[in-house]
Amino acid sequence: MAHGSMETLYRQVIMDHYKNPRNKGLVDSSLYQQFHIKNPTCGDDITIQVKIEGNQVTDIRHEGTGCSICCASASVMSTELKNDSLEVAKDKIELFFEMIKGHDVEPSELLGDAVVFEGVSKYPQRYKCATVAWQALKEVVANG
Amino acid sequence: MKLHADFPILNQPLVYLDSGASSLKPAVVIDAMQEYYEQYGVNIHRGVYKMSYRATEAFEHAREVVASFIHAAPKEIVFTRGTSASLNLVAQSIGSTLQAGDEIIVCELEHHSSLLPWQEVARRTNAVLRFVPLTKEGRITVENVKTVLSGKTKVIALTHGSNVMGYLTPIEDIVELVKNLDIIITLDAAQTAPLKLVDVRKLGCDFVSFGAHKMCGPSGIGVLWGKYDRLQAMHPVEFGGEMNDGVRLYESTYKDAPYKFETGTMPIAEVIGFAKAVEYLAKFDHILDHEKQLVDLAITKLKALEGITVYNPNPDFGILTFNIDGVHPHDAASYLDEFNIAVRAGHHCAQPLMQWLEVESTVRATFYIYNEENDVNALVDAVKAARDFFAGF
Repeated sequence: MAHGSMETLYRQVIMDHYKNPRNKGLVDSSLYQQFHIKNPTCGDDITIQVKIEGNQVTDIRHEGTGCSICCASASVMSTELKNDSLEVAKDKIELFFEMIKGHDVEPSELLGDAVVFEGVSKYPQRYKCATVAWQALKEVVANG
Repeated sequence: MKLHADFPILNQPLVYLDSGASSLKPAVVIDAMQEYYEQYGVNIHRGVYKMSYRATEAFEHAREVVASFIHAAPKEIVFTRGTSASLNLVAQSIGSTLQAGDEIIVCELEHHSSLLPWQEVARRTNAVLRFVPLTKEGRITVENVKTVLSGKTKVIALTHGSNVMGYLTPIEDIVELVKNLDIIITLDAAQTAPLKLVDVRKLGCDFVSFGAHKMCGPSGIGVLWGKYDRLQAMHPVEFGGEMNDGVRLYESTYKDAPYKFETGTMPIAEVIGFAKAVEYLAKFDHILDHEKQLVDLAITKLKALEGITVYNPNPDFGILTFNIDGVHPHDAASYLDEFNIAVRAGHHCAQPLMQWLEVESTVRATFYIYNEENDVNALVDAVKAARDFFAGF
């Protein structure tokens, strides 16, 4: 059985981050801001912790349960936005949402490995899976 | 059963295995609703003109049709927004008569719509929820009901058929067990009415709730059946137009059941469509056997595969709950969707059961009258391919 266009949705990088998540596990520290997002319909449940020092995102942690797209997205985000300035982090988050909506994004290199989620734009029913962690980070960064 | 011609939606590539959530609708149902809107789509009970009379006749005829489907009297049929609304109506009305310490028997197989209304009653009244211990396989047995039955038991609120495990509840035996006690038994029959397993004379319980949309009818309409004396004794929980029989400034009187529970304009087209669905189902004598044959075949084939966990290897009706090991159910369902196979993935509105099974969520495939052996084969082939696809990373 051929896998149809499943390869465009499930890329090697995604499945690697799903099976070997980076920056996973929360820390017990008041230096981190925390945001919890839940999608009760599908059971995705993600907590994001962000450490912001000065104008810089110095650490991102994540914990939770969900599908491969959801968990991998949190993991990729934690690697791609760590050590960014708040401005760059905000730009990347914006760009990521645009990409998932299916819009052409420039410069896509800014997103680094996160471009592997581009295929999600063809699967609007999975939009929330890919964006839940980014939404949580967006809330934290917006509060600065 | 070759029914594809009856269901217009099947005129496209679709392996529909989510009837446990909502069944497909045959053309006769869609046509009857369209006919109402095009030819006599006006309000009921109110007008004296011919067209309103015709609509009222169709509406009340539907009550008779639905009543005879479950061997009830028409006056015992309360139309509601659906199973959840029926279950809530019973819980709110009966619940308001409970007192602190009274006990309500429920179980972990319950759909949220069966459990939460009673949880809320317990919270408000300090009544106590007692959970029937499930067997190792996850079933309700009379013996286990006995273990939670007490002198304080006022209500038994159980599913008639589990929407995750496909188990039937031995309700007639439970009724027999408590027949000399003043205990109200209310059943969630959302999954069993579509199987034509609801015969209220045989069941012997007090209330039965089900909806049209899982049994070839439209969404937004359901039934609360109750023994007539129970319905008459119940106070309405919604008040307004049509349900009263005399309104004064400071107090009003209400109609007899079922009308005292039907306030506002009812979903008339849906009621008419519901009756058509019931008439359509009348021609099927072996729905349970048909489903059982398909689900057993699916289970046999899936069990022969490595890396698949089936959580209900012995269902009583056409529900199959499984996971592909190491693959999140949403990923599995997305893969199956690529091949136009529609399944449900998630907690199936049964989080307590997911906790009991010790899983986050599962894939669920459900079979109904229009499914055939080739649907089983399509499912099994795609599950195998999905397993291999995700194992490849």
